[in-house]
Amino acid sequence: MIRLEKRPQPSQGWVIGGPILAVVLTMIAGGVMFAALGSDPLEAIRIIFWDPLFSERFASYSRPQLLVKAGPLILIAIGLSLGFRAGIWNIGAEGQYIVGAICGAGFGLAFYPSESPLIFPGMVLAGLLGGFLWSMIPALLKVYARTNEILVSLLLVYVAEAMLASAATGWLRNPEGSGFPGSRNLSRHPGTNNPELIDGTGMHWGVLAAFIAVIAAYVLMNRHILGYQIKLAGQAPRAARFGGVSPARLVLLCMGASGALAGAAGLFEVSGPAGQITIDFNVGYGFTAIIVAFLGRLNPIGILLAGMLMALTFIGGELAQLMLGLPAPSIQAFQGMLLFFLLALDVLANYRVKWGREAAA
Amino acid sequence: MKLLPRLLASAALAAGLALPAAAQDPFTVGFVYIGTPGDYGWTYEHDQGRLAVEEHFGDAVDTVFVENVPEGPDAERVMTQMILNGADMVFTTSFGYGEATNAVAGNFPDVYFEHATGYLREHPNVSTYSARFYEGRAVLGHIAGQMTESNIVGYIASYPIPEVIRGINSAFLHAREVNPDVEFRVVWAYTWFDPAVEADAAQALIDAGADVIMQHTDSTAPQAVAQEAGIISFGQASDMIQFAPLPRVASIIDNWAPYYIRRVGEAMEGTWEQADTWEGIDTGMVVIGEMTDAIPAELRASAQAMIDAMAAGEYHPFTGPINRQDGTAWLAEGEIADDGTLAGMNFYVEGMTGEIPN
Repeated sequence: MIRLEKRPQPSQGWVIGGPILAVVLTMIAGGVMFAALGSDPLEAIRIIFWDPLFSERFASYSRPQLLVKAGPLILIAIGLSLGFRAGIWNIGAEGQYIVGAICGAGFGLAFYPSESPLIFPGMVLAGLLGGFLWSMIPALLKVYARTNEILVSLLLVYVAEAMLASAATGWLRNPEGSGFPGSRNLSRHPGTNNPELIDGTGMHWGVLAAFIAVIAAYVLMNRHILGYQIKLAGQAPRAARFGGVSPARLVLLCMGASGALAGAAGLFEVSGPAGQITIDFNVGYGFTAIIVAFLGRLNPIGILLAGMLMALTFIGGELAQLMLGLPAPSIQAFQGMLLFFLLALDVLANYRVKWGREAAA
Repeated sequence: MKLLPRLLASAALAAGLALPAAAQDPFTVGFVYIGTPGDYGWTYEHDQGRLAVEEHFGDAVDTVFVENVPEGPDAERVMTQMILNGADMVFTTSFGYGEATNAVAGNFPDVYFEHATGYLREHPNVSTYSARFYEGRAVLGHIAGQMTESNIVGYIASYPIPEVIRGINSAFLHAREVNPDVEFRVVWAYTWFDPAVEADAAQALIDAGADVIMQHTDSTAPQAVAQEAGIISFGQASDMIQFAPLPRVASIIDNWAPYYIRRVGEAMEGTWEQADTWEGIDTGMVVIGEMTDAIPAELRASAQAMIDAMAAGEYHPFTGPINRQDGTAWLAEGEIADDGTLAGMNFYVEGMTGEIPN
């Protein structure tokens, strides 16, 4: 009989080896699926994982795109990971991302056509503030009305989507767009654009912010009393309370930080790669970031790597669709396998597999 | 965007190296889809167009497609990768791909771009094309106005944009023409494709008394709800013939195949020129699907007469006198709406109740 025995400490070997094994297992299971779909499994795996990085034809374009795609995922996931460590579940980053984008874009467009260098910093602040305020709704309701932040933050995503549609077709619509929905293009207007900082790298302010967030989160979690309190609240809520950690303060801090970072991600996206507010501006970064946060084990460095890996499967997955005609859902299934194996192997980091009967306790 | 020169140089290099083989290479056409061909609606019809291109040109043309591509930077990346992988021509089949299409077109001046339902043509290698769906809606409105017994027609709208508002107005005008008591109830779904939302919208309209449902969203979910409720519906974007003869009594079909074959042929011959195409029933870009026996023969005949008149260019659905909802005059007796006003239409016509949300 197989049984699991909790390890006193997570196994260091499995913490590092687990994700690598998970990727290998995903390749095997995914390969079987691709073969069943009539494609050469080795070629499919090569196209997804290798070609975006090293193929002569694609790499010079795909490599920078990797950063563009990973940037918002990492930035949002870092924010979410703080709350998740403390047992505070902000599921509504997608909504905070949208509101941040609307606020930031609204700020920039309010001064249109000014090209003042002060506008972009103002937009960043507006984006941060927009996401922060949107996350304060579930946070304050949780603190003062004892509502469930999972539900409230999730439902507010749909409210934010309605606001986005209204902005794109109404109050932020491009007056020169002959009645079509969508705002002016921010990325092509000096003053409101979030440009590529170094040519050919894909690096824009949002990617830079994501890297800074990784470092800041690392320092916070490992060197700062607040990081200790967050971890304590997550692992032993009662002990944390006796230790003088205010749960309300933690809820506001964690929700606020994740909301602000999601809002900033939205702003960087709308002023850079996306370029404008449109009806369907949000493409699910806020939800995918939840996966990235867990894929990275809520660890800043892990999230950095997980974000890049996720971006790689997106970009490589598109190539596989193009070159092999694989259906899009098979790529999603492939990503799902990756998450499944990672979380399954997570068990091995925290538990020891024992054979035979349990000893009398 | 300054990685371009480098990109182009490497693309040119790749092309140069591959030159001997390139002579026999098939012409590659890429399609970017907002949904999946399995939607049996909007994307399905574009995919039918793609298949028609393959069949028409045989080995001379290769087609590739990527489905479920979000609008925005993801679309830009998909297009670029398509081209790096050898696409000579790209069809982008959703309004929201406009900015991305033009951005990529600027980077690849030798690739032909065709953007559906858009208006941005910032580079000489970008064309836009759309269909005069409002002609089809006029016919459906004509049928709906006479088929309704409750005098309430439910309309599932997607977003409050000119394309959708134009369709509502066209359908309403022609329903009113044959039934002065008819009213339209509009539900804004704020989605192009979401079976659950569309089904809810259909149910809400039925609960409000509608016995005819029209939809400007892409899934077949409202058809299923209509079937259950025993009322009448119309296929949207594609024929949705699987719901005939009831609830689906007719349909409005986007028939892109002739346009796709024509444009691909022109691009291969080098006679392709930038264009802003807006075609309707006359060229077959808009087709009314089979009218079933559930429609009385007399009504089928009058609807067919209307189709024939539009095909012959003798009738325009927006012919005055037409007033705006607020009662102000829009078109005088016999006056025909100009394309500019139609393209940017953001008002209801007289008699419509409710407001366009903002």
